[in-house]
Amino acid sequence: AGLGGCLKAPAEGTGDNQDMQEKETVSPERAEEAKLKAKYPNLGQKPGGSDFLMKRLQKGQKYFDSGDYNMAKAKMKNKQLPSAGPDKNLVTGDHIPTPQDLPQRKSSLVTSKLAG
Amino acid sequence: MTECSARFADIISTVEFNHSGELLATGDKGGRVVIFQQEQENKTQSHSRGEYNVYSTFQSHEPEFDYLKSLEIEEKINKIRWLPQKNAAQFLLSTNDKTIKLWKISERDKRPEGYNLKEEDGRYRDPTTVTTLRVPVFRPMDLMVEASPRRIFANAHTYHINSISINSDYETYLSADDLRINLWHLEITDRSFNIVDIKPANMEELTEVITAAEFHPNSCNTFVYSSSKGTIRLCDMRASALCDRHSKLFEEPEDPSNRSFFSEIISSISDVKFSHSGRYMMTRDYLSVKIWDLNMENRPVETYQVHEYLRSKLCSLYENDCIFDKFECCWNGSDSIVMTGSYNNFFRMFDRNTKRDITLEASRENNKPRTVLKPRKVCASGKRKKDEISVDSLDFNKKILHTAWHPKENIIAVATTNNLYIFQDKMN
Repeated sequence: AGLGGCLKAPAEGTGDNQDMQEKETVSPERAEEAKLKAKYPNLGQKPGGSDFLMKRLQKGQKYFDSGDYNMAKAKMKNKQLPSAGPDKNLVTGDHIPTPQDLPQRKSSLVTSKLAG
Repeated sequence: MTECSARFADIISTVEFNHSGELLATGDKGGRVVIFQQEQENKTQSHSRGEYNVYSTFQSHEPEFDYLKSLEIEEKINKIRWLPQKNAAQFLLSTNDKTIKLWKISERDKRPEGYNLKEEDGRYRDPTTVTTLRVPVFRPMDLMVEASPRRIFANAHTYHINSISINSDYETYLSADDLRINLWHLEITDRSFNIVDIKPANMEELTEVITAAEFHPNSCNTFVYSSSKGTIRLCDMRASALCDRHSKLFEEPEDPSNRSFFSEIISSISDVKFSHSGRYMMTRDYLSVKIWDLNMENRPVETYQVHEYLRSKLCSLYENDCIFDKFECCWNGSDSIVMTGSYNNFFRMFDRNTKRDITLEASRENNKPRTVLKPRKVCASGKRKKDEISVDSLDFNKKILHTAWHPKENIIAVATTNNLYIFQDKMN
């Protein structure tokens, strides 16, 4: 209730400073939780929850132009295409991207589990 | 315990003994399957059982790209399950994220020689030089082990397959992904039946995924599946075609005052295994192994702490993603001992009868072959005794996720990241 900077899981008791004062009696799990929330203040209130699950379901998603890819595969038969430069994440210019070159696309739902 | 080990080029992703224990299959991240065979017992060396040597190696799965969904499909083998042996050949199912394959592994130790129209190397003879006829005969040759894909079960899973399990009828099997479970017939590849579907109409409402599934060892109508919320559902296929409603729900009540941000994550079940007897099942969550009596849904009958000292490290384990590691577990042949892996290449065994437990390490530096393994101990806090390892010096990159126990003997297979260890009881 009106505790702007307070980051507590709903199940906890009242008083935002209770954790600090009762550190000795807090379970190790709760102490770890407090540590995590101190490091990442924007961590979502949902414990576990569907953010993780959606990320799990999205594993392996990559995007590329299949037209370019197939043209490159056809050209490969005739001549060797220039392979990716030192920075594999930058695919521009002559190089036709292949699935292997693309960086793993981050799920649009959650950029980082720690950024909430 | 004595030890022999094999080094893998790639990360081992699954380990499974066949029904007799003579063969041990491993799958790796590169889509390869390597099968080891136990040497026949040497009559003169009765003090040791046969060693396991490489029997067959083949490429089971290749990397693929699903253009329609822009999805990269890893070739990593998630699970291998053996069929019971029916004839001279061996059969196993191997699966990656999307496709299950039935492989036949057969031996060839004879070959025909003495063809009339062909030379021994296969070249055709000039027919005008053939002046006599002979009958080709079979002559012995060096043993060749061939693996061939007999069935490919594809395109039935939108999400990533985490489990396959062969039914006790030996005709059907199930495959489970994050949201659905399908039932297949081993002979039929162009269709499967969906028996569980937990996909919500609105994906925003997703709260739970399927983490593992297994058929009951004796009842061909019964199977279980575990979830990311720590529940296990037992389903009976006789009750309805779609088993969305469970027959039994196994869940240990949680003390709400103990709930934390980590509670749900560490309660997620990473493996579920029926006992050989079929009376019990074992589940593995992040910190513990639980044994459930199928007749009692409201709590497990036994709980074993694998590495409770990690509870005060959850913050960093969350940051380095280790909290999401999926450990497997296994029973010994008589269901009296259960085993599971941990970090620092440690693995743990719990004796259900004596209630004793032991921590052992799979590592070449600390164990020479043929020496007895020394028990390990982790010191949770305070003064570290000699020979103990403190929690902070554990190597969290050295994880043992996959272990297997021989169905009849005290022989175990333990996979570290790139090495497979096989340990045997010392006889006499």
